[in-house]
Amino acid sequence: MSEERFDVIVVGAGPAGLAAAYTMAQAGLEVIVIERGDYPGAKNVMGGVVYRRPTEDVFPDFWQGKSSPVERNIVKQSLWLMNKDAAFSIGYGSAQFKAEEGYNAFTVLRAKFDQWMAAQVEEAGAIIINETTVTDLIMEHGKVVGVRTSRDDGDLYADLVIVAQGVNNLLVQQVGLGVDLKASQAAVAVKEIIALPTGVIEDRFNLEKGEGATIELVGESTMGLTGTAFIYTNKDSLSIGAGALVSQVQQKGVNPNDILENLKEHPMVKPLIAGGETKEYMAHLIPEGGYHAMPKVYADGVMVVGDAAQMVNGMHREGSNLAITSGKLAGLTAIEAKERGDYSSKTLSRYQQRLEESFVLKDLKKYRNLSHFIDDNTHLFTEYPEMVLAASHELMTVDGTPKGDKFKAMFDMVKSKRSLWQITTDLYKGWRAVK
Amino acid sequence: MHVVVCIKQVPDTTEVRIDPKTNTLVRAGVPSIMNPYDIHAVEEAVRIKEQVGGKVTVITMGPPAAVQVLKEAVSLGADETVLVTDRVFAASDTFATSYVLASTIQKIAGSEPVDLIFAGKQAIDGDTAQTGPGIAQRMNLPLLTYVEKVRSIDVENKKIVVERRLEGSKQIVESTLPALLTVEKEINDVRYATLPNLIKAATHNPKAWDHTVIEADRTKVGLKGSPTRVGRSFVQQLTNEPGEIIEGTPQEAVVSLVDKLFAEGHLVADR
Ligand SMILES: Cc1cc2nc3c(=O)[nH]c(=O)nc-3n(C[C@H](O)[C@H](O)[C@H](O)COP(=O)(O)OP(=O)(O)OC[C@H]3O[C@@H](n4cnc5c(N)ncnc54)[C@H](O)[C@@H]3O)c2cc1C
Repeated sequence: MSEERFDVIVVGAGPAGLAAAYTMAQAGLEVIVIERGDYPGAKNVMGGVVYRRPTEDVFPDFWQGKSSPVERNIVKQSLWLMNKDAAFSIGYGSAQFKAEEGYNAFTVLRAKFDQWMAAQVEEAGAIIINETTVTDLIMEHGKVVGVRTSRDDGDLYADLVIVAQGVNNLLVQQVGLGVDLKASQAAVAVKEIIALPTGVIEDRFNLEKGEGATIELVGESTMGLTGTAFIYTNKDSLSIGAGALVSQVQQKGVNPNDILENLKEHPMVKPLIAGGETKEYMAHLIPEGGYHAMPKVYADGVMVVGDAAQMVNGMHREGSNLAITSGKLAGLTAIEAKERGDYSSKTLSRYQQRLEESFVLKDLKKYRNLSHFIDDNTHLFTEYPEMVLAASHELMTVDGTPKGDKFKAMFDMVKSKRSLWQITTDLYKGWRAVK
Repeated sequence: MHVVVCIKQVPDTTEVRIDPKTNTLVRAGVPSIMNPYDIHAVEEAVRIKEQVGGKVTVITMGPPAAVQVLKEAVSLGADETVLVTDRVFAASDTFATSYVLASTIQKIAGSEPVDLIFAGKQAIDGDTAQTGPGIAQRMNLPLLTYVEKVRSIDVENKKIVVERRLEGSKQIVESTLPALLTVEKEINDVRYATLPNLIKAATHNPKAWDHTVIEADRTKVGLKGSPTRVGRSFVQQLTNEPGEIIEGTPQEAVVSLVDKLFAEGHLVADR
């Protein structure tokens, strides 16, 4: 056991844990972060788009200056609906995103981004211990009082423990705050980083120097499984990945690697990555259960932040922002607890309140039924992309057929796949799910 | 028992490439690590401290970034560390480096007598194995190189018995203390750092000494104090050309091999 005593132990140096640690260290709390990786970000996986405002809210100016960990400022985003050989694309780009005050989101690589945040946290006075796994939360009289680690002499005590261990939240389950995720509540995602020269990336994605683009791909991109794929531009590499619900991957017996390989071979994708060299390959889970899958986020002596609390908005590929914001709100609550000298669940319930007042729980609640809706309606990922693509093909093909006949053919095709009643029901249910 | 360990921060040579044009090491972007032999030296010093009591002081000469390896030494159980750092030390060879380190140890011994000094058998970036012996020579201490086991230490009578690795055999030697030992990796298994030591390392600030603190003569350090000159460096090209198989009876083959060696100038007739 260490003789050192800390106000707070943070488990996990991802965005959630580091945001919490930074907030607390700046207020003068004695904080220690315990991370199992060789260094923060060593094995962490994200697409990765980070959002300016919520990130800036904790780490001001993170996107500025020479040591900034961001790759590219995103000026346009698009969505591709795909079948085997075609893609229907819609996108949004704006000059507003190009001007500094309009910067909205950036691509990052986690190894760099997490290390950058960790450096800020250390500068603020917190200690980060790497290569050390927290194996248990130590409980006394029903209260969390410390952590047990994989190291010799590895018990460490503190007034408060913040669990920021990401999606595999064994510690949260251990103290009875939540249960293990169901296979339908998590997506398995695989991702590669493919190196390409800066200029080539800018040419292929039609970008000006330093600007970035994102593409989300739906349909054949996940071989029809419920999920999405993505292609993001970094400085001199592309991040390409795909994720699908674990339950479906299991049910259909698909290997997640094959989903990515299939995507890379798609005729619309292949030219984007041609000539690139795969630098890294990684796999990770994404919590997709949303609000209904969330554990209780506080108890005596403990708070849960980020993915460990299943705070991901899958529909909008948002996770890092919920992680960072929840980390900050837990940090603010810890500062209050320290002032009061009371770390009981009564004081810590302020964390829940803060979450409710912020976009974190507002959004998660709004989308709470969406994952069920999507889960129950897997045809959304197969039939609709097919319909749109078939219709587009019909419309784009100039073959002497009068336009009126074309529209009729399109309409018949759509009806043959799904009745108008079914389509109306889908739309209604979809609307209900996010109402 | 006060043990001093000399360590070095080196580029991780498993990740170093050689620039084909200049024939020098490309160090950019290569991570720095504690010289692998030195880790075992620190571990052995800590084990001795645990066994007979005392203190472990770890020193390194290097740039400010070398604090990293000193912190690592603390995580392994070292008590105190000193970074000897000064621009005038830049470009020191093993001759000058051993002077700097010997001066540092003398300075330390001035306030707290030193009983035993450890160094790694060699550093993986230069592989000279000269610095440890150089320190012993300068301090006029018994030198025990290639130690693969410390058999016993007699604190009272100031004696140590070690096993030295020789080619194909080992040598058991007794020496008086203080002495300087350079160690092989086989001397111990390095244990994982404990959590309290990791926490200590994270907050540890090594002392930083320049040439004035160790009272070093400026003319004996840096390029001026370094007699070593690199004449030429070249990369040994390993070719993949297929070998030739000489057929025939052993006698015939030998004759034809010797003929070939003469013909290609590898053998020269002695007239
Ligand atoms: C393929 C993929 C793409 C994504 N794309 C995006 C995107 O574009 N934008 C976005 O906003 N979000 C995205 N997300 C989601 C986002 O990555 C997460 O929501 C976010 O990383 C959550 O942060 P966190 O700090 O809670 O958890 P993590 O980032 O998972 O960090 C947890 C940390 O805890 C450590 N840890 C775990 N267990 C222990 C233990 N027992 N002891 C010590 N340390 C431990 C881990 O090593 C890790 O460093 C994506 C996720 C994936 C998998």
